[in-house]
Amino acid sequence: MRTISVQKEDGNQIAIHAFPIDEVGANERADFFTKRSVKKDSKINALYLALSMCDLTTLEGADTPGRVKQMCAKARYPVPPEMIEPFLKKKKWGPIPSVAAVCVYPSMVPVAVEALKGSGIGVASVSTAFPSGQAPLQVKIDDTRFAVENGASEIDMVINRGAFLSGDYQTVYDEIVAIKKACGETHLKVILETGELGSYDRVRLASEIAMEAGGDFIKTSTGKVTPAATLPVTLVMLQAIADFHKRTGKKIGMKPAGGIRTAKQAIQYLCMVQETLGPDWMNPHMFRFGASALVNDLLKQIFKEATGHYYYDKVFSID
Amino acid sequence: MNFEYAPSIESIDIVKIDPKNKLFIDGKFVEPTSKKFFATINPATGEPLAQIADANAKDVDLAVKAARKAFPKWAKLSGKERGRYLFRIARIIQERARELAVLETLDNGKPIKESRDVDVPLVAAHFFYYAGWADKLEYAIPGKDTKPLGVVGQIIPWNFPLLMAAWKIAPALACGNTVVIKPAETTSLSILLLAQIFQEAGLPEGVVNIVTGAGETGAAIVNHPDINKIAFTGSTEVARIIQKAVAHTDKKLTLELGGKSANIVYEDAAIEQAVEGVINGIYFNQGHVCCAGSRLLLEESIAEMFVDKLKNRMEKLRVGNPLDKNTDIGAINSAAEHAKIMKLVESGISEGGEYFEPSFAIPSKGYFHKPCFFNKVSSAFSLSRVEVFGPVLAISTFRTTAEAIMKANDTQYGLAAGVWSEKGSKVHKTAAALKAGIIWANTYNKFDPSSPFGGFNESGFGREGGRHGLFPYLSIK
Repeated sequence: MRTISVQKEDGNQIAIHAFPIDEVGANERADFFTKRSVKKDSKINALYLALSMCDLTTLEGADTPGRVKQMCAKARYPVPPEMIEPFLKKKKWGPIPSVAAVCVYPSMVPVAVEALKGSGIGVASVSTAFPSGQAPLQVKIDDTRFAVENGASEIDMVINRGAFLSGDYQTVYDEIVAIKKACGETHLKVILETGELGSYDRVRLASEIAMEAGGDFIKTSTGKVTPAATLPVTLVMLQAIADFHKRTGKKIGMKPAGGIRTAKQAIQYLCMVQETLGPDWMNPHMFRFGASALVNDLLKQIFKEATGHYYYDKVFSID
Repeated sequence: MNFEYAPSIESIDIVKIDPKNKLFIDGKFVEPTSKKFFATINPATGEPLAQIADANAKDVDLAVKAARKAFPKWAKLSGKERGRYLFRIARIIQERARELAVLETLDNGKPIKESRDVDVPLVAAHFFYYAGWADKLEYAIPGKDTKPLGVVGQIIPWNFPLLMAAWKIAPALACGNTVVIKPAETTSLSILLLAQIFQEAGLPEGVVNIVTGAGETGAAIVNHPDINKIAFTGSTEVARIIQKAVAHTDKKLTLELGGKSANIVYEDAAIEQAVEGVINGIYFNQGHVCCAGSRLLLEESIAEMFVDKLKNRMEKLRVGNPLDKNTDIGAINSAAEHAKIMKLVESGISEGGEYFEPSFAIPSKGYFHKPCFFNKVSSAFSLSRVEVFGPVLAISTFRTTAEAIMKANDTQYGLAAGVWSEKGSKVHKTAAALKAGIIWANTYNKFDPSSPFGGFNESGFGREGGRHGLFPYLSIK
């Protein structure tokens, strides 16, 4: 097994193992979770849980305060309560949960914080010159500080893929440490951009570096690169989290992002998390979906379960 | 909010089980002359499913006569025509896949997930594959003249009732032989449904005859003077009796028997995938697999970590109702097999291996056994030498490649082996030195009709599947 070495701030060297991953085997194991059958009560449970784990996201050059406010309204009430509550009452189900967080660019953080005041919904800000990460470290730190100072509760940073692919793991590690410092108490999600890494071996190594450097969450993708999240890539990261927990006792969260559009897919991810990490990860503090389109499909399926009918797309607001 | 799987039970409405099942001779379902029937049990409940005809020597004789009568015409049919029948059978199997899968699970106890996703698709694949060979036999062995053997007697086990039927019947028919086949007495139902499919496909009468029953029925096939070849899959004990019985005859013989196959995990393996492979290797189909990876050889440097991961993974296995789509491990096929497994586990405990079983409960009704392993097992222990044919794994360690190979080969069997390493040269070196018929690298229990299957030493002789699978059914000049 390959082992890389990075120097910590205090000058000590730490060894990070590059655990090899067999691609065929990982794909096969991930495929196993598409065969799980989640029906009846467990399906309702899964749909509610998945909805409460969503990070509603807008990351466009065209974002405006108006657009962000609209999205924040949807984050609080993914569907107007009066539309569904009579059905839920009949079934004795709880109210539709709000999503876990909204995810925006740093410039939009003040707008989102204001719009979500008192809701308990998190405001996640991408930072570190998202999505490419091609900026000097100081710019990345300032980017992060701005978001934190304006009230972001979570930071989604990108790793330096240029450094990673050229074998400069020290720089990758140092940058995450620096951003973690800039975050202070704010939760840090580290985006590996797995679609640019080229192999599961590297996804595993990048996960190890991100966790060793202090990331609270590891996240697959920016959503700007194809492929984004896939089941096997997420599995490789979940297994890294399990091993890290075993080694250090620290529980790292996971966020697959991009490409998860249907309730069916979301449930496959939940089965995989449950069977790989267990019940401690089955909540929005430890697992998130970075997926906006997913919210409406989850709602559609909840409506189906509650009313017995599939409602057409126009019933659900776009954002 | 706990995330759990609600029961997701496959409906059994699709299958119609005849309360009294007759023999299939000369294209028709007929009463046994013995007038005797016995019960087949649903191992997941312990309740009887149906009555099965008990064929005696006279019934077997009628079946052989029907096969002999059908032989000349079937053998003379062009390969293309025979292939056409096989293709038709394969397609009907696909159309009736759900029915076959549900029935297989009811009678055998294997999880519906496996009968649906593994057994039945492979059954269809085998018929498709050998349908393709039927008109190409002259190219199978270039420069040689090939002829069918005549009437072949086939005896198959209960662990993959349909799949073993396909392994036996498809190549025999492709080569122009006619068949008298006996399923295991605990799993006769699915092959009788296959008989209905033969009827639906218009397969000529007498080409395949199915005689149900236990050891005596099998003995009647083995000892019948008008049978040209015996193909047997089952235990080494029974194989010894068969081999003695045919010793003074001109019957051809192939045997596919037991194993005590080793899964070798080197320290440079992709560990997560190796754990999954070991689990699949031993707990697939409740461990009722002749090529099951029942010995795990771990490089000492990773042994502790690997065993830990294995334990974690085993806690997540779901043992229970085989009809539940989320069940990973179903029921042991019969009370007798269940008792045999428990006895071997007991002897393992008394020999001093470190026993582990997961903490979850298993159903108390029906024949269920927890997946388990014995760690730090010595090569001298019975668990390292005796085939358990159940969900019981024996773990020991090695220090060098040479020791791994030596230990893997330290067995009277030689059916399969697995090698796990990310280093290609090591995989090849190890594989070349292993005395086993099937060797998997960085995977396990992968089956394909185009790939020959069979063993060395007490695992038997002859190959099934692939081009090699044709040879035992042909007279080659």
